Amino acid sequence: MAFQPVKYYQTGTFTVGNRLLPPEVRAVQSSERRSNALNSGHRACQGCGEALGARYAIDAAMQATNNRLIAANATGCLEVFSTPYPETSWQLPWIHSLFGNAAAVATGIAAALKAKGKAGVRVVAQGGDGGTTDIGFGCLSGMFERNDDVLYLCYDNEAYMNTGVQRSSATPPAARTATTTAGNVFNEGKNLPAIAMAHGIPYVATATIADLHDLEHKVKRAMQLCGARYIHVLVSCPLGWGHASDASIRIARLAKETGLFPVFEAERGELTSVSHIRHKVPVEEYLRPQRRFAHLFAPKLRSDVIAALQDIADRNIERFGLLDRPG
Amino acid sequence: MMRKPFAITLDRGSSLANHTGTWRTLRPQYVDRLPPCNAGCPAGEDIQGWLARAEAGDYEGAWRLLTEENPLPAVMGRVCYHPCEGACNRGQLDEAVGINSIERFLGDEAIRRGWSFDKPKKSGGKRVLVVGAGPSGLSAAYHLARLGHQVEIREAGPFAGGMMRFGIPKYRLPRDVLDAEVQRILDMGVVLKLNTKVANVLQAKEEGGFHAVFLAVGAHIGKRAYIPAGASARILDAVSVLRSMEGAERPQLGRRVIVYGGGNTALDVARTAKRLGASEAIIVYRRTREKMPAHDSELEEALQEGVMVKWLSTIRQAEGSSITVEKMKLDEKGFPQPTGELETLAADSVVLALGQDVDLGLLDGVPGLEIADGVVKVGPNMMTGHAGIFAGGDMVPSERTVTVGVGHGKKAARHIDAWLNGKTFAKSRVNAPASFDKLNPWYYSDAPKTMRPTLDIVRRQSTFDEVLRGLDEKSALFEARRCLSCGNCFECDNCYGVCPDNAVIKLGPGKGFEFNYDYCKGCGLCAAECPCGAIEMVPESI
Repeated sequence: MAFQPVKYYQTGTFTVGNRLLPPEVRAVQSSERRSNALNSGHRACQGCGEALGARYAIDAAMQATNNRLIAANATGCLEVFSTPYPETSWQLPWIHSLFGNAAAVATGIAAALKAKGKAGVRVVAQGGDGGTTDIGFGCLSGMFERNDDVLYLCYDNEAYMNTGVQRSSATPPAARTATTTAGNVFNEGKNLPAIAMAHGIPYVATATIADLHDLEHKVKRAMQLCGARYIHVLVSCPLGWGHASDASIRIARLAKETGLFPVFEAERGELTSVSHIRHKVPVEEYLRPQRRFAHLFAPKLRSDVIAALQDIADRNIERFGLLDRPG
Repeated sequence: MMRKPFAITLDRGSSLANHTGTWRTLRPQYVDRLPPCNAGCPAGEDIQGWLARAEAGDYEGAWRLLTEENPLPAVMGRVCYHPCEGACNRGQLDEAVGINSIERFLGDEAIRRGWSFDKPKKSGGKRVLVVGAGPSGLSAAYHLARLGHQVEIREAGPFAGGMMRFGIPKYRLPRDVLDAEVQRILDMGVVLKLNTKVANVLQAKEEGGFHAVFLAVGAHIGKRAYIPAGASARILDAVSVLRSMEGAERPQLGRRVIVYGGGNTALDVARTAKRLGASEAIIVYRRTREKMPAHDSELEEALQEGVMVKWLSTIRQAEGSSITVEKMKLDEKGFPQPTGELETLAADSVVLALGQDVDLGLLDGVPGLEIADGVVKVGPNMMTGHAGIFAGGDMVPSERTVTVGVGHGKKAARHIDAWLNGKTFAKSRVNAPASFDKLNPWYYSDAPKTMRPTLDIVRRQSTFDEVLRGLDEKSALFEARRCLSCGNCFECDNCYGVCPDNAVIKLGPGKGFEFNYDYCKGCGLCAAECPCGAIEMVPESI
């Protein structure tokens, strides 16, 4: 009989933990001692993908830095639902400033820590796609260019959700928002991971809330490096995307499995690894459960638009080799 | 006075003051669902439960849980037709978990390591007579002994095992395995009297001072069919052929053997004939392969060994060294009808494998006892029409497999125990089924089934060595870990991880999880992302 290695005990490869695995290979989230950086009682909607993504990322960063971590936060859903004055859900030193300057504030904290000789304390900045790709883009690009020692985490839910679902430069083509009622136009917007890579910074990665092990690995990797680092996390939004609250993870998974959201990592501007598609699905499976794409299916089926979106997915698959078999 | 920093007027508070549980309209709950393997097991084993222990490498724990329901795992792992695997949800993903192989591994491991059953916790029960030491009788004796009763088995034959010994060939069930598992039951204090035929059950009950009787004499009289035959034609019946394999003298079947029938016994005889040196073993069956009652896996193995089958044929006549068969065709209702087309086949002997009848002699004159279609009628509690006399196995209406027999034995034992104590046995509540649509199969990685190595065909044609070899420890563990744990939490931490509100409390290894309803908003992510369907969302009463 051919030898078959027992990998992750068959059932545990994709789950958060597994009673049969040694604790060190389980996800940070499986531990009773995770830092729960974003605690209960926050006011995010039911099934919020951003709340999940933020806890995943910050808990992983807390573990990687032995809890010596400071966070700066841009305005946005994440800030609004977690810290209605004077309450806070954050269980780490956390500062909020303006919508557009989280990167600059974080840079300042890092500089202050350096000046005070506190080399062991690390800094993250976090914001939504609006605060990152639109309003805070100048500060962020400056942070990249100066290679400041900050990990910037962008939780991308593809529109301004906090103010009522207005279009951002991360809104995908054809998506309906409050300001693009007929669907967002094609060939606009920014590919921020690519722009970050173009800065040649030490580390750029994308991730989704659907693959926890991958996300935690990337945060851990980022914390091993110094200088400007950027992780772009796709977080689904039940309210803005119009899907069921229990579908948040499934939708994020479909974004990756269709090829619409390529998951990869890059160092110094060079692609170093991609997360392969496990079971390829057509984009329609991703679009259908979301009300923001409902106009593609009724009153008239817009096969042309769906085909154009499939084209984007196929180009990603081609470009990143998402269907190549690993090994 | 303001003693706070500039622009700060309130003390810092935690969001824990905000009980977001009030938003909830749906409430998650942990549930146990009935896995399809358990639902499909005729012996009522908690398969998912013992697999979970085997997955952790606790083989003895797994074996102990298994034998709470079925005392014969090494036998089961060889002769059971594993309906559990047919029902296994993993079959819809890649291939069913090789439950039968793991069961055999556990059974063999128990024999190798000499594990024995715990002594009965209770004693001083009633006296129960079990008639017949087949799977059903042994199972009943085991369960009655566990419940503290004094059990005596009376077996008409020279060995225990019933059809497991006299019906199933050695290449499927080596006798040392059977002996070991029987002995383990006797070691619990069960008395076995061999070569003791019960001729009159009421008399035996009276004389032995028994409070109840469990009848499990099986069905071992080969059915005959009228075939016009010449004086020199050699016609035998399958049960006698298989039984004589246990004696000193091997049956003389000749080089060209015809077997008449389409059940598992027909295949057993044909494969036995091959091993005895027959150059041709041809099964004559009146219907088609799809309609054949024999199990597919056994037919497949037989065909590999060179057994041939004449489908849609009946035997018209048998002469000295040949038979005449008639071609059949199926009518619209699927019944075979003669076509008049005849063919002659060379045959040194014809073995009839047309089913078996029950020897009901011992029941003569038992008042109240009812017999229909040659089998004994029993109620849902396995009791015959005569109070205190229970029956099970092949002598009551059933599918007639070893596993069904074992299941009958267990069921009867529980009802006998209840009846002896003046109570009725109530089955515990059955959980809702864990069907495939309740699972989230994304979380299971691909891992094809570890096949048991089959004996090299040339070797198994000529010997009675066991055809299927067992799994080694490593592959058994691998196989056990392929279990999806349908409907029962296996502590993967998914619910704990995916809750955006930290509203799942992890209680520690083996203790599972709890919801913190103060903060749970009822989004349903935990239920949607639970791999095994162990969480359900129920409407909140508002």
